[in-house]
Amino acid sequence: MKKILFSLVLLLSTLLTSQFVAAAADLEVNTPAISAIKNSMQARHGQLTAHYASGAIGLTKDGLIAVRDANAVPLKDRGGLNSAVAAENADRNKLYKEIATANGHPEWQAEIQSTFAGRWIDKAQAGWWVQGAGGWVKK
Amino acid sequence: MKNWMIGVTLACALPACVTINIYFPAAAAEKAADKIIDDVWQLKNGGEKPNVNSVEPAAPAK
Repeated sequence: MKKILFSLVLLLSTLLTSQFVAAAADLEVNTPAISAIKNSMQARHGQLTAHYASGAIGLTKDGLIAVRDANAVPLKDRGGLNSAVAAENADRNKLYKEIATANGHPEWQAEIQSTFAGRWIDKAQAGWWVQGAGGWVKK
Repeated sequence: MKNWMIGVTLACALPACVTINIYFPAAAAEKAADKIIDDVWQLKNGGEKPNVNSVEPAAPAK
């Protein structure tokens, strides 16, 4: 009887400690694929900053970006803006997927994406537009 | 008797492994997100801060 109790306690403690260990571990984000996506996004950011500030584009609540007010951009530049937004979103989706797979858990992609969504919005500069539960808000 | 105990132990241990593997590390994910966003938006480079709020240092001497 004592033996069974002992092994049960041992089992429970192993279970609990291993969960803490898993929680404390860092996520792998230093793969060549992730670095390449980061570089591409970093290069594009210079082009996008002015559009964040003007309100032409904003950060969506699902961790992507979207054209919010196309009128803030001259007609001739709208095509370029649209393709920059599409390219940025493609990179962001690739980034979330890549982080999930680099850590051996492709099924984490959605959770990683929603974690990023919150952090992008938190770190956005004052004056940028971000999507809240009730729609677009200016920070 | 022994076989029965081993069986119970295995039955308990197996789900424990699965639990560890499917657990989403939310704190680690936030840390990773912060690092990547700082890199992409270059928030931690240069350290140039706009000196807009220069009200406090110049307190009038009484």
